[in-house]
Amino acid sequence: MHELVALFTRYHTLVDQIGINAILALSLSVCLRAGQLALAQAAFMGIAGYICAIGVVTFGWPLALAAPVAIAASALVGALLALPVERLRGVYLAIATIGFGEIVRIVAYNLQITGGGDGLNGIPPLLSTQWIYATLIVIGVILYAARNSRFALAQAITREDESAAAGVGVDTGRVRVVTLACAGAIAGCAGILYAFTNFFLTPSDFAFGRMEQILVYCVIGGVTSPVGAVLGAAVMTILPEAFRFLQDFRDVLSGVVLLLVIVFAPGGISAIWSSVRKKPAAQIGNA
Amino acid sequence: MLLTQQLANGIFLGATYALFAIGYALVFGVLDILNLAHAAIFMLAAFVCLSVVLAGYPLAVGMLVAILVAGLAGIVLDRVAFAPLRRRNAGTLVPLISSIGFAIIVEAIARGIYGVNDHQFPSLVRQASPIVLGPVTFTFFDVAILGASIVLMIALAYVMRSTKLGREIRAVADDRMAAALLGIDIERTIALTFFIASALGGAAGVLAGLQYNSVVFDMGGRIELKGLAVIILGGMGSITGAVIGGFILGITETLAVAFISSSWRDAIAFGVMFVILIARPAGILGRRALRTA
Repeated sequence: MHELVALFTRYHTLVDQIGINAILALSLSVCLRAGQLALAQAAFMGIAGYICAIGVVTFGWPLALAAPVAIAASALVGALLALPVERLRGVYLAIATIGFGEIVRIVAYNLQITGGGDGLNGIPPLLSTQWIYATLIVIGVILYAARNSRFALAQAITREDESAAAGVGVDTGRVRVVTLACAGAIAGCAGILYAFTNFFLTPSDFAFGRMEQILVYCVIGGVTSPVGAVLGAAVMTILPEAFRFLQDFRDVLSGVVLLLVIVFAPGGISAIWSSVRKKPAAQIGNA
Repeated sequence: MLLTQQLANGIFLGATYALFAIGYALVFGVLDILNLAHAAIFMLAAFVCLSVVLAGYPLAVGMLVAILVAGLAGIVLDRVAFAPLRRRNAGTLVPLISSIGFAIIVEAIARGIYGVNDHQFPSLVRQASPIVLGPVTFTFFDVAILGASIVLMIALAYVMRSTKLGREIRAVADDRMAAALLGIDIERTIALTFFIASALGGAAGVLAGLQYNSVVFDMGGRIELKGLAVIILGGMGSITGAVIGGFILGITETLAVAFISSSWRDAIAFGVMFVILIARPAGILGRRALRTA
């Protein structure tokens, strides 16, 4: 009986992780759709997670107030981050945003109010698996409904050819600001869900390692495809669990699968899906 | 007095940063890709050296074997993670991810073999008798690390400037098509670039392992992002820039510890990196310096 409970607890956590990782992957896919290799999802997640948790735990706000404030804050940080990095592209943008993420982590580590390196404890279990998947579905539906919107088209043309985008009247600077604000809001939701299903936060939860994982989910899934991002998150979250019997060696297989997908299925999981449906897969050019 | 000591500490720290970051800069200069497996090879070399020393061989043997293994691992990395992507012009994002994949594998193997705990070199290897030179106190070991770093950097400068291989590497970095037309074997040159870059990264790993007397499977994470800050400081793809950037970062960090607070040390590295990227994206020495080095 105890083993059954343990089994349930283990997979229950895994199911939660898949949902949260899928939301994070969606946040990055929004950036990649606009050709922005902006790797600040872990930072957005941390900012919203901390603001919401501190609001509830330290100041006694209701979650219904703290959560929108936290999401708005991470969206605002995203929009503001887009301004200084305006001129940066590709790898340079990636490194600048990684640097931003590290600064956020170090600030969280040094502040009193975040609990520093020991982390913030005693976050009440106000959210659960249903909330994670409801959020994932809402975000997924919004992204799906907006896939042919003017903004999505502006993102696509900004990704493919920025001067052409400017030529047809697309304000690429505005596309970048809005893209990063959306990414901030989405990753912020993931941060709040993480905080209130995990019950404690530490700065290392938002370190570069997590950002690497999010990037892996998107590329495994197929870079710009939201469905692929969700599938990528699911596959790469389950793999280490499925190979648990290999103990400390289990991540070897995650790495091997990652390399095999990149080398043999350039468009990721969504390309395999598209080729079944006889549609050309979206690939990122020189992001 | 404090200032001189901190400057000296900064130089010792900077030597490791510089040695590590050269590998990033070399690969970026030649291939325009960010190799995030560099830190895994850094760690791999430290474990190889440790294992050889624990098997009873002298430290010098351990270092040589470790550097050689690191270099060969670099060639394997290129064949496995980058060469297949080169053939289909996969851009810059995808090689970044495949290098993460390679790093995951190497780290998982190290973790599987050595577990998650810190490993130390036997005390015989690391005897720290302090040397006092005027106002500055350091260990024999600090000097050995600085000396080894400088020798390796000079050797690299010689190879890059004065040998056929160096000229070929620079030609490939400058224009791969033109280099191929001149009869340079591109794949061989890239493989040797990875060998050199990874051997230096491995040397940095061994030295860092000795300096902190700690070898652990995730030790690469500590230096991986610092290395990025260094090549941003020095200008992506510039070897001279990486060396200067390494020393600047080492000195800045130790001064920050002395005058501000140790817990904010890393924020300074990344703050400087962020500001330089925004103000002067080409870095201090400009971007294409490798091609004229």
